[in-house]
Amino acid sequence: MSAADAWWWPYVMIVVAGWLATDIWRWLGVFASGKLREDSEVMIFVRSIATALVAGVIAKLILFPAGALQSAPVALRIVAAACGFAAFFASRQKVVIGVAVGEVVLIGGWLLLDLG
Amino acid sequence: MPTPPSASPEPLPDHRPEGGEQLPSRVWVLRGVRAAVSIPALILAAAFVGYAGLARESGFTLGETLAMVGFVWALPSVVVLTGAITAGMGLVPAAIAVALASVRLMPMTMALMPVLRVEGRTRRWQLLIASHFVAVTAWVWAMRYLEDHPREARLPFFLGFGASLTAFVFVMTGAAYVLVDDMPLLPSAALFMLTPVYFLCSLWGAARISADKAAMAIGLLLGPLFHLYLPGLDLLWTGLVGGTLAYVGTRIARRGLR
Repeated sequence: MSAADAWWWPYVMIVVAGWLATDIWRWLGVFASGKLREDSEVMIFVRSIATALVAGVIAKLILFPAGALQSAPVALRIVAAACGFAAFFASRQKVVIGVAVGEVVLIGGWLLLDLG
Repeated sequence: MPTPPSASPEPLPDHRPEGGEQLPSRVWVLRGVRAAVSIPALILAAAFVGYAGLARESGFTLGETLAMVGFVWALPSVVVLTGAITAGMGLVPAAIAVALASVRLMPMTMALMPVLRVEGRTRRWQLLIASHFVAVTAWVWAMRYLEDHPREARLPFFLGFGASLTAFVFVMTGAAYVLVDDMPLLPSAALFMLTPVYFLCSLWGAARISADKAAMAIGLLLGPLFHLYLPGLDLLWTGLVGGTLAYVGTRIARRGLR
């Protein structure tokens, strides 16, 4: 029996490829923040990078999703997200409204297209 | 856009600035716990319920699923790890894939730590513990509300919030794994849609200045572009190129070419 079949192998994967691979960035962030002041120009730059990265993750979750969301056509996913974001603005930035509208559009479109 | 940059939504009642300088830390921990009883916590838990379905379909045991939630915590990274293990990737390629998908956590943590820290008082190990809770939901909440509170209150407040949010989501994921047997396609897809729409709205809500908003718009465009043309390193490039463009562009708009 090779290591890949052992019951504990997934846990090794989770600790090394999951925990270390993610927390290493958080720890590096703690060390790199050193004496940075929250209102400095460097901080504005770092926040821009962080924000662009999270935005990239969001776009990928919509355009290249995992799991069941793949069954919805890409146009429906984009329209649902856009409607949600528009509703978020229209409701004076209420996140709940944005999320609810995005979901209604996705589910409505799904039922209209009869995706099963 | 109809909303001027300065008009942030009304703060939740729990986040009112109070003269809390003398309050002991445990009071702030408990207030953090109370603040975590929130809509974002419910949305995040629902998104993880959807993830529990994916993990179960992919053949992960309950223990493995919960270990991924507890150890990794950031949902997009959890999904990448799940995909890597399911695809039978080796330890090193899987670690590289997850690490590349998680680069965002470093600038996020860097941006948060100066808000949490009390100069000369806060120990580094305390920040290292707090950093594990850095993921979009807690980060957005912290960037938006912590600055309204006295500096001494911020770290315990954030720890209370982060720990109870994680605990709640952990329990909900486990419950969903056990209780939801075979989730039909539509509810499962709807749960997967929660994360991006919720992130979209809350990331904009946490944007304080024009550089943040420009970075978000550029990142939304560059993310898919780099995914197609530079797969693997796409998020890294999205952050570096998008963040630099947003920073330089808005800096020139702010101060001219100096």
